[in-house]
Amino acid sequence: MIINHPLLGPRDASEFYYIGDAAMIMRPDAKPDDHSAETMAAFDSYQHHRDNPHGFHRELWYHEQGDRSWLIVTRNTTTHEITKVELARDVKLKGGL
Amino acid sequence: MRYSGFSIIKQALTGHKSWPKAWRTPDPKPAYDYIIVGGGGHGLSTAYYLASVYGAKNIAVLEKGWLGSGNIGRNTTIIRSNYLLDGNVPFYEMSLKLWEGLEQDFNYNAMVSQRGIINLYHSDSQRDAYARRGNAMIMNGADAEMLDQDALRKLYPDLNYDNARFPIMGGLAQWRGGSVRHDAVAWGYARGADRLGVDIIQNCEVTDFIMEKGACTGVVTNKGKIMGKKIGVAVAGSTTKVMSKTGMRLPIESHVLQAFVSEGLKPIIPGVITYGMGHFYISQSDKGGLVFGGDIDGYNSYAQRGNLPVVEHVCEGGIAMMPYIGKAKMLRMWGGIMDMSMDGSPIIDKTGIDNLYLNTGWCYGGFKATPASGYCFAHLLANDEPHENAAALRLDRFSTGAVIDERGAGAQPNLH
Repeated sequence: MIINHPLLGPRDASEFYYIGDAAMIMRPDAKPDDHSAETMAAFDSYQHHRDNPHGFHRELWYHEQGDRSWLIVTRNTTTHEITKVELARDVKLKGGL
Repeated sequence: MRYSGFSIIKQALTGHKSWPKAWRTPDPKPAYDYIIVGGGGHGLSTAYYLASVYGAKNIAVLEKGWLGSGNIGRNTTIIRSNYLLDGNVPFYEMSLKLWEGLEQDFNYNAMVSQRGIINLYHSDSQRDAYARRGNAMIMNGADAEMLDQDALRKLYPDLNYDNARFPIMGGLAQWRGGSVRHDAVAWGYARGADRLGVDIIQNCEVTDFIMEKGACTGVVTNKGKIMGKKIGVAVAGSTTKVMSKTGMRLPIESHVLQAFVSEGLKPIIPGVITYGMGHFYISQSDKGGLVFGGDIDGYNSYAQRGNLPVVEHVCEGGIAMMPYIGKAKMLRMWGGIMDMSMDGSPIIDKTGIDNLYLNTGWCYGGFKATPASGYCFAHLLANDEPHENAAALRLDRFSTGAVIDERGAGAQPNLH
């Protein structure tokens, strides 16, 4: 797979480290003493549950062997086709997914 | 017909004209007591044990493709129970014991071959970790033996023992481990289940679940609606795809795992052997091909094929361990879709939806678990409570914190 890095151009996927669903940039937040059931469920879901879609998937790739930026790659999980690559920081600064 | 030496002689003398079909091809009935979604190893063994051990009748297995077309037909055929953690060892040891009696039980030659599995160690600390694992296995009724380098050299004289960086110091052996003819497992369970009256319906894709008052009462398929009193889902890599119809979000990611077979060679590898300084495992099939594999590709995938960097990585592990396989040509490679769970251990549990049960999260260890998975899932379906050996394999263990993290890698599936 070739990932078209927004800054560095096309790079081989083996230069990257994969961590999974891009939803992980949207971590829930809570006050330190908040142990309510809703908060615990939100963190449980954030940590453990995945949409795991059959088709297009937005996912986090870390350019470990390159400029060490985090990318959000949109990739089809049935064909491995990559249709969009963004810098994760840009997505997050624009308000997230 | 029961297969036996007598039946082979009789058929040979009569021109092999009256062998019956191994299983029927029935049309689905409107309703069943038990519907198993997924006609792979785990689904077929579930149906078989439901009928043979738990005395259930009126069972259907629904398979989207052809029987055994998923991971039971595309794995590296290894059986073992060399696990460490409490929730896992009794379960996998149960599975190994079932493998040992399987062929007599379902009257089919699955070529169960207990040729022994050896995990290599390359440092003092790794030896200590394997000694601990071996003790955990022995305490749970499995067998284990620590081999030093001299003992190992008698079995495998030509490994890369004196490598400066990763010397091979010895191994942890489980002699009862080995390999099994994988397709024959699917066929044996299918035939065994069919003989007990189970309807195995192929080319029957479940597209939705029928819900009434919060309970699952049947499935919608491309062959029409089929009602069921209890419905068990055992679809491995397609778990999310199938279960998303219920609205459930699961602790599962689907990943592709590749495996490889070389050209046929004379016998050079007597058992199963795994490298300790990289992820690589290898055995030799009865036809002579080297059967080997390594890590998953590491990204979510539903494509039954992987990419070349992992092929290179697997082969590097093989060459580092046994350089003499370097001249062998690779004949075939393929990919299967693994239901990777968040702690690397499986799930056999109720779903929170009445009458709907789930069997998933096998990561890339599903083949060896086939008999115990089916047995314990059948127990759950029949009795509404988990089998004692699968009681820890719960769906809610992530929210309660009772995870079974054999690798100690945390909630990231591509590290398990």
